[in-house]
Amino acid sequence: MIETRGLRKSFRSRAGRDKKTVDAVRGVDLNVAEGEIFGFLGPNGAGKTTTLRMLATLIEPDGGAATIAGADLLRQPAEVRRRIGYVAQGGSTWDDSTAREELVLHARMYGISKADAHRRAERALAAFQLTDYADRMCKTYSGGQRRRVDIALGIIHEPRIVFLDEPTTGLDPQSRAHMWDEIRRLRSEGMTVFITTHYLDEADALCDRIAIMDHGELVAEGTPAELKREISGEVVVVGLDAAATPHAAQLLDSEPYVSKLETVDGGGVRLHVDEGATAIPQILRRIDHAGLALSSIELHRPSLDDVFLTKTGRSLRES
Amino acid sequence: MKLARDTWLIFQRQMQLLLRNPVWVVVGVFQPVMYLLLFAPLLKPALNAPTQAEAYKIFVPGVLVLLAIFGGLFQGFGLIAELRAGLIERSRVTPVSRLALLLGRSLRDVVSLLLQAVIITLLALLFDLRVFIGDLLLAYLMLALIALMTSAVSYGVALKVKSEDALAPLMNTVAQPVLLLSGILLPLTFAPGWLQGIAEWNPFSWAVDGTRALFAGDLGNDKVWQGLAIIAVLAAAGVVWAARQFARSVR
Repeated sequence: MIETRGLRKSFRSRAGRDKKTVDAVRGVDLNVAEGEIFGFLGPNGAGKTTTLRMLATLIEPDGGAATIAGADLLRQPAEVRRRIGYVAQGGSTWDDSTAREELVLHARMYGISKADAHRRAERALAAFQLTDYADRMCKTYSGGQRRRVDIALGIIHEPRIVFLDEPTTGLDPQSRAHMWDEIRRLRSEGMTVFITTHYLDEADALCDRIAIMDHGELVAEGTPAELKREISGEVVVVGLDAAATPHAAQLLDSEPYVSKLETVDGGGVRLHVDEGATAIPQILRRIDHAGLALSSIELHRPSLDDVFLTKTGRSLRES
Repeated sequence: MKLARDTWLIFQRQMQLLLRNPVWVVVGVFQPVMYLLLFAPLLKPALNAPTQAEAYKIFVPGVLVLLAIFGGLFQGFGLIAELRAGLIERSRVTPVSRLALLLGRSLRDVVSLLLQAVIITLLALLFDLRVFIGDLLLAYLMLALIALMTSAVSYGVALKVKSEDALAPLMNTVAQPVLLLSGILLPLTFAPGWLQGIAEWNPFSWAVDGTRALFAGDLGNDKVWQGLAIIAVLAAAGVVWAARQFARSVR
């Protein structure tokens, strides 16, 4: 659905008297399949939005090539525009106009007839549960309602792909969950959804596949599960008395399924294992046999943050 | 065809928003009305005009051109608000004509200017101004072309600078000398030679002369077609340049 090769963009910026060139995107290769929710994850300033804006024909790439829904980005931008929807980060509604007016206008900008535009607006309002507010000014809407209008605008012409730039930033947890449902609904209707986010849980819970971007480059790509599996399995933390810890460490270190063992300050051990679900019963049996008292046992699955940490050497939360 | 349809679409939307807040049309007309009421009475003795009506024939066209220049040049502010609200980006991601994005807005400005011009003209009629309707319509065409040019330029500049803080001083800096060098308030026939020499290069000075000739009923005066031609060419250039900014603008 989306295929890019070596997509590049740099900006000239001026700090005082020095002119500097900032390479915002340094050669991105992407493959997004039809009907998936593809997540573009990375810290602020990683080049996510720049990439998205290039794909949405808003800025011209300096180099590289891309095909979007079968149209060539550089040679047929008008055709690309017809086939995609784009929802910007900051929103796109006017305070003094109503959701219905915005939807009708936007549909008509795609060349849709007046009557059809009104029908589509009506349907979109119902689908996004906006019918009750349809004829009120946008300035009276809540953040979540306004965001739903934005998304409805982005898909009013039934594009094959919709680009959503940080669709849940600034929403309260409830509106966020609601928005996830809306995005899944788009997928179930056959649309390909391309979202950017800097929320790890969002990428994890919502996206079929993700690409992690840092400093203008892709550092990882795959399903969330694949990416997490790539890094050193899972971790089991066993809570023990400080006195029992050395004995338990000695016992468990020789077990074949333990790849690495660390003792925990104040008692307990951390075991790196391939698969926690099969390791835990064996650990329990071993400790039980030795007659040691166990206070807790926890399984830690690696998060996308661990993936980011492994690929870039820093935590996404820090950057 | 697509251009006409898209332009009409944007124009309708902009008119709808304008009519939702028609107070701006009235606010825009406030300053010229003040000139008309509080400054024009000084003119009969100052210009040595035989009657008050004669003084108005000289002054009213100047005020109308002033209105067209300033009304147009400050339209960019509204666009910056639209930029900030994400409306321009939302439009640019659709296949809508970029020229229509500009023309729809500029035509709204032209209509709102003509409305204001009619208000001023009607007021001036109360002060015994008399002008032939044909001449008046040609003068309105001149005003429309001026407003088209200045509003297009203002939109183009707004897309380039993207902030009110930069736009305001820029527009004032441009407007001030243009205003003084166009003989809007007093005809440049009073000016010393060097000042007249510079004003020759000011297209608005030609526009003011042309409009005055029309108000004087002097349709055959060369200044009429010269003024119209100069302003038409500049308006076309302004529109082309600004439409390119709509196609290009980064944010």
